[in-house]
Amino acid sequence: MSDPHVRAGAQTERDPADAHDRRTVVSGVLFGCGIAASIIDLFIFHLALQWHHFYDLSTTRVALTADGFFHAIGWFVTVWGLFLLADVRRRTDVDWRRWAAAVVAGIGLFQLLDGVLDHKVLRIHQIRYGVDLLPYDVTWIGSAVLLLLVGLMMLRRTRPRVTRR
Amino acid sequence: MGHDHDHDHDHGTGHRLAEAGTGADALAWVLFDVLAAVALGAAAVAYAAGMWRASHRSPWSARRAVAWYLGLVLAAAGLLGPLAAEARSGFTAHMAVHLLVGMVAPLLLVLGAPVALTLRALPVGRARSLTRVLRGQVVRAVTHPVLAATLNAGGMWLLYTTDLYRLMHTSALLHGVVHAHIFLAGYVLTASLVGRDPDPHRSPVAVRAGVLIVFIAAHSVLAKWLYAHPPAGVDLADGRVGAQLMYYGGDVVDVIIIVLLLAGWYTSTDPRRRRASYPPSGQVSKAASG
Repeated sequence: MSDPHVRAGAQTERDPADAHDRRTVVSGVLFGCGIAASIIDLFIFHLALQWHHFYDLSTTRVALTADGFFHAIGWFVTVWGLFLLADVRRRTDVDWRRWAAAVVAGIGLFQLLDGVLDHKVLRIHQIRYGVDLLPYDVTWIGSAVLLLLVGLMMLRRTRPRVTRR
Repeated sequence: MGHDHDHDHDHGTGHRLAEAGTGADALAWVLFDVLAAVALGAAAVAYAAGMWRASHRSPWSARRAVAWYLGLVLAAAGLLGPLAAEARSGFTAHMAVHLLVGMVAPLLLVLGAPVALTLRALPVGRARSLTRVLRGQVVRAVTHPVLAATLNAGGMWLLYTTDLYRLMHTSALLHGVVHAHIFLAGYVLTASLVGRDPDPHRSPVAVRAGVLIVFIAAHSVLAKWLYAHPPAGVDLADGRVGAQLMYYGGDVVDVIIIVLLLAGWYTSTDPRRRRASYPPSGQVSKAASG
């Protein structure tokens, strides 16, 4: 934002290390969102526990469409995050702690989005059926916020010390 | 095969067929089988002929040949034989056929790179003429991913949300048209996204990624919708299994296509091959980073 290079608009001379760092974080966040969307939701809650329903008969068209996009983007960002990681890896050494921090933040971010937008606003599906939802919602959203905060804190602590010369 | 069909339709969705299931009708279904078998056989022979004609050149990739023939075998499994016969009465079997003919076989055939093989096999002059046609505006329009995805997803919506699904099982002609559309739309879309053939009109990776995401969303929305609203004449339980097969089976193929698409991006941005795009190097800061 306060990047002097952006203001200049002319030939920018960004430090490659900066670009690599940014790509590491983007990769981690995308991958974190992706595995939260495709793996955690699908394998744990839908297939293993059978809590999530495949499709709520009360789902509105808007919610169904939103769900379709969530689904498509979920798979896409999982794979994209991994290819970005591979791209950083072929250019420089990956800072794995920083990447892991971004993954944790990404999982938290997506679970928060899912818990608030999917479950509560759009009401696409609920966490579980036939039970009092409040404790489940509190746990879901609470754990999402916790993960997000932990991820952000880890990201702060793993910031590269010398970014600019 | 012909006898099987008469039998299947008696307890299938097409009641009318039982009444009208006489000589002409049965003949039309046999004709469909024959045409499909001839088309698949021709594709198998043509590919082999192409490899033979170009054998004096650098060796043709065995992986491509395997992909091509596996694609033909799976297409045959969907169009002929026991699964195809079952698909004329059951929704789940129909969906398995749809996945094979519309997604899996097209992907494998695209990976077989038939156009590249044709160009190698043809004499220079005729290869040039073919290239001219491929460069033309008609091919450009027809193979644009947006149009291909629209035709593909649009055809699916039409098939499953109108009476077309029921009608398809009462007319061999309609059955043939629907299957031809499913296959061609699947092939063109896959080729426009992750084609291995030389493609002078290839869309930028961002466009292809966007189209793919919208297509996957449309596919999964339709699958979930079908779960609750199976086409007329389909048993509810059969409809649910079929819809889930569409959803998860579609996912498997879609994830493979995502990987191929991004692998293409990964290769094309290799810093050792082209030092252009990302990140702009210290001194030669000309290229804007993507």
